[in-house]
Amino acid sequence: MAWRQHDYDEIPGTYVFDGKRSHSGYALNRMAFSFNSEANRQEFAADMDAYCRKYGLSDEQREAVLNGEFLKLLQMGGNIYYLAKIAVFHGMTVQDAGAAFHGITTDEFKQILLNNASGFEERLKQEGGFWHG
Amino acid sequence: MAKIIGGLTTSHIPAIGNAMYSKLEQEPYWKRFFDGYEPVKAWLDEMQPDLAIVVYNDHGLNFFLNQVPTFALGCADSYQNDDEGWGIPASADVKGDAELSWHIAETMIRDEFDITTCQEMKVDHGFMVPMNLFWRDKPTTNWPKAIPLAVNTVQHPLTSAKRCYDLGKSLRKAIDSYPEDMKVVVIGTGGLSHQLQGERAGIIDVDFDLECMDKIINEPSWMTGLSNDYIMEKAGTEGIEVIMWMVMRGALNDKVNVLHKHYHAPISNTGAGVLLLTDAE
Repeated sequence: MAWRQHDYDEIPGTYVFDGKRSHSGYALNRMAFSFNSEANRQEFAADMDAYCRKYGLSDEQREAVLNGEFLKLLQMGGNIYYLAKIAVFHGMTVQDAGAAFHGITTDEFKQILLNNASGFEERLKQEGGFWHG
Repeated sequence: MAKIIGGLTTSHIPAIGNAMYSKLEQEPYWKRFFDGYEPVKAWLDEMQPDLAIVVYNDHGLNFFLNQVPTFALGCADSYQNDDEGWGIPASADVKGDAELSWHIAETMIRDEFDITTCQEMKVDHGFMVPMNLFWRDKPTTNWPKAIPLAVNTVQHPLTSAKRCYDLGKSLRKAIDSYPEDMKVVVIGTGGLSHQLQGERAGIIDVDFDLECMDKIINEPSWMTGLSNDYIMEKAGTEGIEVIMWMVMRGALNDKVNVLHKHYHAPISNTGAGVLLLTDAE
């Protein structure tokens, strides 16, 4: 038995959510899915440790949930859309999580995004045919 | 007969939904992005489509990871938005058209696309953000009917740009053969470049986004030749959503007119593209 290898495993800093990850993160993601219900969110907020145990998370996953360690959760099979439902409890948005993956502040992360997109309006003019208002 | 009058594309990220909910459209950060939808809204006002097919992915509202259909078609009389876990109140229900849905399902399955049919289907931000972007100025009672077509872009293995394009051709065949007079738009949602996860989070590739927009318009075979690995490497793991634009593109003629083309970046973590295409005769 072995998990199949993929070319996308070589993309740096990236955890493609495939069968291997979904299998290892199943309990974690299943708990996060339960947060679609307000009653479950309240139960989790009242005793996070007990709620994690109820859903059968591993000790490492449970500790990472309680500490809000999102890179670890990603590495332990958390899916980003499900982690977003957990991040809410740490007062975090997806952008805050993005910053946490880099170990930088959210403002620094937003600056990376701006830098990556800088000059796009000039590019649109070169390309032609784009709406400019 | 039913007729596809146009193809639209848009991003569908939750931040856009938050911005609409909080009425931030005129804020400096958002204004250029939202303004880019006005020409499409004016066109929709003029054309008054009866129904929108919305191609999107579910992010953990209707589908959990226990069961992940590659293609799932709503076959209900109405679709419900619901709590996704972050507290935005659910939108009003959107009316469906079960007869047309089942006609599409029969056509697609005869064309060897083994889609999943859903008689109950909650629709998340992937579906609601586009509907709101295009129709929020109208009371929901005046919205067109809609049919959700969910594509798995969350849990790999995913389908391909080519398969999405071919599915769009089957969708076209279904609409063209539906006997009721009805104007239909097809909306491809998601993308463009963004990666939410990992140390590589935050990538936006303007050049790749603009190349995709150009090729989707003029040379769809370029897009259908791309592997998912390549798209993820260039556009990020969540940028793979651009394959859903190809369902829209497959539903149009080989040659199309570009009525509107808009791009803005970043919106939250994302490069955001808008297209309004019609069949060239």
